[in-house]
Amino acid sequence: MAELLFWPAVLAYGEAAVAYAGNVRYPVLGRFATWGVRIGWLIQTALLVWQAVRADGFPWDTWAGSLNLFVWLVVGGYLVWGCKPRYRLLGLTVMPFAAILLLASYVGGGAETDGSRHLSTAFLVLHVGLVLAAFAALTLAAALGGLYLWEERALKLHRPGLLRLRAPSLLTLETLGLRTVAVGVPLLTLGMIAGFVHRASLDPQIVVTLVVWALYAGFLVLRPRGRRAAYLQLAGFALVLTAPLGLLATHLS
Amino acid sequence: MRLALVGTSHKLAPVEVRERVALDGAAASALAHELGAAGLEAVCLSTCNRTELYVVAPEGEDARAAASAALGRLADDDLGPHLYRLTDEAAALHLFRVAAGLDSMVPGEGEILGQVRAAYEGGACGPVLDKLFRGALHAGRKARTETAIGESPSSVSSAAAALAQQVFGELDGRNVLILGAGEVGELAARNLVSRGANVAFVANRTPERATALAERLRSRPLALDAVADELAGVDVLVSSTSSPDFVLTRSQVEAVIGRRRGRPLFLIDLAVPRDVEPAVGELDGCFLYDIDDLEAVVAESLAGRRREAERAETIVAAEASAFRDWLASLDVVPAIASLREHAEAIRTAELAKAQGRLEGLSASERRTVESLTSQIVNKLLHAPIVRAKEAAALEGVGYADALRHLFGLDEDGRDAHPRRLPGQ
Repeated sequence: MAELLFWPAVLAYGEAAVAYAGNVRYPVLGRFATWGVRIGWLIQTALLVWQAVRADGFPWDTWAGSLNLFVWLVVGGYLVWGCKPRYRLLGLTVMPFAAILLLASYVGGGAETDGSRHLSTAFLVLHVGLVLAAFAALTLAAALGGLYLWEERALKLHRPGLLRLRAPSLLTLETLGLRTVAVGVPLLTLGMIAGFVHRASLDPQIVVTLVVWALYAGFLVLRPRGRRAAYLQLAGFALVLTAPLGLLATHLS
Repeated sequence: MRLALVGTSHKLAPVEVRERVALDGAAASALAHELGAAGLEAVCLSTCNRTELYVVAPEGEDARAAASAALGRLADDDLGPHLYRLTDEAAALHLFRVAAGLDSMVPGEGEILGQVRAAYEGGACGPVLDKLFRGALHAGRKARTETAIGESPSSVSSAAAALAQQVFGELDGRNVLILGAGEVGELAARNLVSRGANVAFVANRTPERATALAERLRSRPLALDAVADELAGVDVLVSSTSSPDFVLTRSQVEAVIGRRRGRPLFLIDLAVPRDVEPAVGELDGCFLYDIDDLEAVVAESLAGRRREAERAETIVAAEASAFRDWLASLDVVPAIASLREHAEAIRTAELAKAQGRLEGLSASERRTVESLTSQIVNKLLHAPIVRAKEAAALEGVGYADALRHLFGLDEDGRDAHPRRLPGQ
């Protein structure tokens, strides 16, 4: 059953990624991309529900399972505003990433429901859920930052075809990036508090998470603009990548 | 009914010819109604690039002749080589292409759709032209919503405004500084204002000209030496002076960058020689476009419009084809009406003959007999009528003629315009 749901989800995300690439030249493909994202996300939702029903406990406690949940959160976050035609270029950065990570999750067994590991307390479930949701938001913020830098460069270099791409304006990307971080930081804060309640100790994983938190909290306080903001969003994402989801699961088990 | 179009446009006639037949809205409407008074349907579409008369008459030659004569009177001359004459589907397709902006100088330009609507509203429309123009407006809107033909800028000033929107999003409340009070700067400023921007200052070497333009744009005049200082508060600068040297240098802009607190600055340099030192574009948050950059954007944009035009052609062709089917179905309407009338006459006559035998029936039973006979007639006629309408779109009026012949409609004198079947 998991495979019946998993492969269509990967295919839909893959189709969306290809259609987003084609959308750059043929705008009509944007609709196919949007429907690919929607359908893929619904199928992945069904997969997660099926896993939750079948599993004895929290089914995403492995690195691969966490990755599965993480991809679902990223695509879900993207769906909030990413289906608008103006944000289709952003889909080009998010959907290939989502398709590849979901595939990696499958290879690592993230679509399975068996296994004996369970999360011991509700706090831990909350901890994993909130931290993953925060990381998903920060990933989207990084994608927005990346798109900002690309578009800013295109404007600086006077690329004549830029207007044809119907990308969001620079200020829109900047504002949206700030808002996304503003959603991610409270989630990360709550997730960390939940983790500390469970186990008040410092390990490398927690240190990295603290650094990520400090960087984004500083971002919210200082509110940098333009290129600086985009670079910070990307730097924060690089730190998120150094906090491997597997470690997260490991220190929970 | 036959539709005819006679007209001239920028494709066939130079401006000296077009101006002789150009009409304003009221005159175009008057001409249409003059033809309407003669029992025709007529709409006159007159813009700076075209004057076209759409006329509907029972016979195609009558429609063409009436339209040609009306245009000839306008020009006081024979416009022969400058006129195009189209009928039925070709005329419909032409109007649909016009409404979609496919026949315009700049593909996809948006003004024409409003002009087609105005012509339609001022015309002497009957059922055919009403259907035609509503279809054209629909096709024009559809081409614009389903393709990007009308989206990208087609002039330097609109390209500048579109690029400013690419930086700021909506331009509502964005402050613009105009440097140079010439026509070029004013045109760019008006384009920005039409998108919501606010012209904060107008600076010019001659203060009187700055004041005059500032008044026209509801703005404030500014001394040239105060421009650099005011840059801290503006979002867009449009420069088009005739100065031989740079009017704005990198060091001047650099000095105010800190006070802008990271807000982007969009600079449009329309002057030749350039007013803004190119190195300004290297500064963080500064986006500088000169006239060549903007012309490259326009060229790319027009190429994009031409690509989109191919898709729009498919859309208007489908709409024109639907109109052709509808128009063709009109040809069988008289035959169908005659057939219904003939059938009803037979039904009522037979009921009258049977009157004596039906006398014993109650009122309710009589209604049942009436209803039953009507239903039989309707069911018998349903399939031939539907097929005749369908066939009219594909094969012309052959089926209508066959109906007349088979049911003897002509012999009863019910059809005012009998046709002969092929071979008769």
